[in-house]
Amino acid sequence: MNQNNSASSQKKTGSETVHLPFFGLPRLAVYIRPHRRIFVSMILTNMAVGLFDIFLPLFQSYAINHFVAEKSTDGIGRFAGLYLAFLLVQVIVNTISAYRCGQMEMVLGRDMKKASFDHLQTLSLSYFSENSVGYIHARVISDTDRIAAVMSWYLSDGLWNLCFVTGAVVMMVILNPRLSLTVIFLLPVIIAASAFFQKKLVRLNRLIRDANSRISAAYNESITGALTIKTLVIEDRMQKEFSSVSREMRQYSVRAGRVKALFVNLISFSGWLALALVLMQGGVLSRQGLITLGTLSVFMTYALKMMDPIERLVEVLSSMIQMQVNIERFTRLCSTQPRVLDRPDVLEKYGDSFHPKKENWEPLYGDIEFRDVSFHYDDSDELVLSHFSLKVPQGTAVAIVGETGAGKSTLVNLLCRFYEPTEGQILVDGIDERERSQLWLHSKIGYVLQTPHLFSGSIRENMLYGCETASDDDILDAIHAAGADGILERIGAQNQNLKDPLGRRSLLLSALDGQVGEGGDRLSTGEKQLLSIARAILVRPRIFVLDEATSSVDTETEKLIQKAISHIMKGKTSFLIAHRLSTIREADLILAVQDGRIIEQGSHSELMKKKGYYYRLYTRQFSGNTL
Amino acid sequence: MSRSRKRPEGAAVSNRTGLVLHFVRGSAFLFLLSIFCSMMVTLLQLYIPRVIEEAVDSLESGGNLVASALLIVVLALGAVLFRYGRISFNEQAAQTMMKAMRDELHARILHLPLSWHQQNATGDIMQRCTNDTDRINEFVSHQLTDVFRIAILIAVSFFHMFQMNLRLSFIAAAAIPVVVGYSLFFHVRIGKRFLVCDEEEGLLSTIAQENLTGIRVVHAFGRERYEQERFGRQNERYTDSWIDLMKLLALFWGCGDLLSGIQVMLIIVFGSVFCVNGTLTPGQFIAFLSYNSMMVWPVRSLGRIISEMSKAGVSIDRIGYILNAPDEEAAFAKESRAAAKPDSALTEEEIAELMRGDIRFEHVSFRFDDTPVLSDVSFTIPGGSTFGILGATGSGKSTLMLLLDRLYELSEESGSIRISGKDIRDIPLPALRKQIGIVLQEPFLFSRTIGENISITRSSLTSEEIRRASDIAALEDTIDSFSSGYDTVVGERGVTLSGGQKQRTAIARMLTQNAPLMVFDDSLSAVDAETDVRIREALKSRLSDATVILISHRVTTLMEADQILVMEQGRVAELGSPAQLYRKNGIYRRVCDLQLSAGEVDHESE
Repeated sequence: MNQNNSASSQKKTGSETVHLPFFGLPRLAVYIRPHRRIFVSMILTNMAVGLFDIFLPLFQSYAINHFVAEKSTDGIGRFAGLYLAFLLVQVIVNTISAYRCGQMEMVLGRDMKKASFDHLQTLSLSYFSENSVGYIHARVISDTDRIAAVMSWYLSDGLWNLCFVTGAVVMMVILNPRLSLTVIFLLPVIIAASAFFQKKLVRLNRLIRDANSRISAAYNESITGALTIKTLVIEDRMQKEFSSVSREMRQYSVRAGRVKALFVNLISFSGWLALALVLMQGGVLSRQGLITLGTLSVFMTYALKMMDPIERLVEVLSSMIQMQVNIERFTRLCSTQPRVLDRPDVLEKYGDSFHPKKENWEPLYGDIEFRDVSFHYDDSDELVLSHFSLKVPQGTAVAIVGETGAGKSTLVNLLCRFYEPTEGQILVDGIDERERSQLWLHSKIGYVLQTPHLFSGSIRENMLYGCETASDDDILDAIHAAGADGILERIGAQNQNLKDPLGRRSLLLSALDGQVGEGGDRLSTGEKQLLSIARAILVRPRIFVLDEATSSVDTETEKLIQKAISHIMKGKTSFLIAHRLSTIREADLILAVQDGRIIEQGSHSELMKKKGYYYRLYTRQFSGNTL
Repeated sequence: MSRSRKRPEGAAVSNRTGLVLHFVRGSAFLFLLSIFCSMMVTLLQLYIPRVIEEAVDSLESGGNLVASALLIVVLALGAVLFRYGRISFNEQAAQTMMKAMRDELHARILHLPLSWHQQNATGDIMQRCTNDTDRINEFVSHQLTDVFRIAILIAVSFFHMFQMNLRLSFIAAAAIPVVVGYSLFFHVRIGKRFLVCDEEEGLLSTIAQENLTGIRVVHAFGRERYEQERFGRQNERYTDSWIDLMKLLALFWGCGDLLSGIQVMLIIVFGSVFCVNGTLTPGQFIAFLSYNSMMVWPVRSLGRIISEMSKAGVSIDRIGYILNAPDEEAAFAKESRAAAKPDSALTEEEIAELMRGDIRFEHVSFRFDDTPVLSDVSFTIPGGSTFGILGATGSGKSTLMLLLDRLYELSEESGSIRISGKDIRDIPLPALRKQIGIVLQEPFLFSRTIGENISITRSSLTSEEIRRASDIAALEDTIDSFSSGYDTVVGERGVTLSGGQKQRTAIARMLTQNAPLMVFDDSLSAVDAETDVRIREALKSRLSDATVILISHRVTTLMEADQILVMEQGRVAELGSPAQLYRKNGIYRRVCDLQLSAGEVDHESE
């Protein structure tokens, strides 16, 4: 529907640069505050590390000035002791600072992941149909990782380098203001060059990342599409296209490599240049007796060591600029309001998604009424439903039929309150749905999707998904009712020990521990379908919603599914998006949908007599030879 | 036609060194150039402290400071130029090697037999193609050259240091094995913890992924809280595993700092002592310290590099697994031995003409992993007819078509498939497949525009031809509903098509192949009944002379076939016209009755 728009808007966010006040750091305050002690300790220790590194060369200078110059080893033992003590303190602070960085990165990442994931659970389905899984996943996992890394390692690195550079400059000025000018005048040049190259590198790296993801996508396509590529005989074409992408990748990488090489060499050359200048000037000064030999050696050390930190400082700054995009996307996700919200007084009584107050929950009987309901999706003003009214007494089976894309899901989405009517009301047992919480409603609806979705884990865990408190017997009953015994027998047989055969019950029970694989991968589509029906049965729902699978399963499995469906429907209010004749004929009421509107409703025989849309659909589909 | 000969020369190299050399071959010169530059850098750079030494020592005697400073600048300039050469040649060499490796892997993947693809998980192959190649690149272009570079650095540094003062050099040298050994010891341990962290990270990512793809189920069952807890638990585990690792790393870094700090301290203390007793000049002392500080980081990283080099071996093996797998032709040649004798004298037109004839399956048997899939199947599909195949999942009906398209190869003793009397094993593989258009049940679309998808078999297709194909496939309306029409990108990066839309696109794509033989493997299953009829009607009227094979569960789809074959457990159960089969009261009749329960189908009128 609106996937078109969302796809293009996602692409835009991919490469945009965002500018937020203070790099967007204020938005992170809420995540940093609980860990402020770690944070402060991280910052302080890292600044200390930078300062320590400034003092270290002074030992060298002291040794030259006192022992070498004065030709005496007096007090060298004390010197060594002091040096060692200093080293120890430095190492301890170093270790703490590194650990604090790692800790900060992890706890910050953890909290942000948790906040975004938890928030996602409260969002309405519309959000998930507007944004692809990959996009949302990247927000929860990659953006948070990136922000956490910048806020710990990069930030510390920046502070460390800042302290070192500032400290070194101050130290040089104190030691000899004149000589220090030689080094200091080089600094702005380095900063400007770093900023220039950094910008170039960021752009090239973006190109490389992009080419890299295209390479992965190409591999993926050639692997998953292997059969299709073979049947179409387009190997050569695919290889040619791949080769041009990999050539591009090489091009960008080499170009980036060169820019980087130029950059680092410029920095290191300026270091040597500073050293040469210091030697030249300092030598003269030293000859005149204005500075000691020790000071000269310290100056040379600083001159050589100061250039890299400046480069790093610029890099950190650039990563903070880039991080704003991540912050923006992350906070946008966390501040998205759910389309469907429970009212405060409803939440008060029924509890929210994470803290239900089940003691206040009423039973549900299954009388449904659509009262003057109008509805349109957010992305268009066209009404999909217009002043639609329908009464469904409890126990009625309603079948919704129509062509692919005609809008059969709309009614079900409204009934389940995945969306809310633009106008009008939907009443459950005579009470407006909005008077009670979403969780209350959802816990009482049994729902089977067209494409069954299982979670990785055991069969038992998947069964308990609908009803945590179910016993093994309940599970076996539900699986039996769904006609899915065969699956357990198949899996159980794999556990079977021939020497000591299990009884049937223990065989089935052992199969409950069988893993279904990621997304239920280890099972066939038909098996997944049956298990997801069993899962719905276990809820003992009063309302049953089924989006019948169109994808073909073999006739035997189809029969099983059919049986399970009629079993589950018995005595329950049910809404079926139906494709199979037998399901449709069993329904008490049929709604025919075309172009998003309900154009006919009635029983099978009524609609057949009418010889309208339903009649045409029916005769076409089920009586074949109309050609 | 000579397509098959252009297939990549296999890297049939089984040992690790051989495989690495195979890829390095194309960029060996660049690598050597880079190593040469590296040596020059070290030599020039390490001469600078000597210049400083002399300058400092001649301070009192009045040496020429400007000359020394200039010499330093010249040496530095030379070092910097060669270093630029080292980095850029190395990058060029590495990227050339990577490109060769990527291209070869990709080409190999395209030409590996279907059975190989079925046995190997996508994620696993992806890992090998991306992470493992990266790791090999890291090994060859960084670790290997780094070890080389560091070795030169150490050797040249010590050359200078030994010249200045023997005893002090021994103190400096003694630290090297200690530092390297220590970091190697630690890195082996850290590597293990990294694996644990990686695993936890993978699990966390999977949980998030599953939650997002199954969000409807989560909402429908009201399991938000459960999901929150599940994710929260894994999030904790993941965080803890990393914090554990961080503790170890911080400790490792700290101890490393201490070790090198002590080494520097010893040199300062002893250097001072030697200066005082006159065995070392102040200038030498400063130079000595410079050499030592230049070595600190390279030596510390040596341990890490060595410990990570061991991983490369595994990666090379993992890539070798793909590159050394026999490609389709090699695998098939082994399978069918003498049976296949591709007749390369056949022209494309001759083959196309052949394909219009009768297709005969003669005593075809086929096993998959020792499970018999087909047993002694014989039947004939008359050229130009419409032929239906019905059967349950696992009855072997799809396998028939995979054999016909030679996606699986029949071995010599398992019967034969002949088209116009010619054994298909004698027809060159690409030519055969070009003449057979297959639409799969779960069609795969490429991540590009819908127009490019349709015209993917022939880039020379005119937009008129594309339009005609999509018209037959009843796709026009769908395309018109997209704002960018044929330029709409489909798949992951674009619009998600419904199952039916995908199937129809695949049909249009297949039609552009202009194949005289077409197979629809349950490829209208997700299309609604009205469209199904429309497509079949269009196909029938416009492609009347083609042989059409329809595989389906839906009897309505098969009813207009000239003949229907019913498969059951890998055997031919029934064969005949729909009317004959209906009267026969067998499987076909049962399926008919099941699907058309009301019995409103008037077969007798046929």
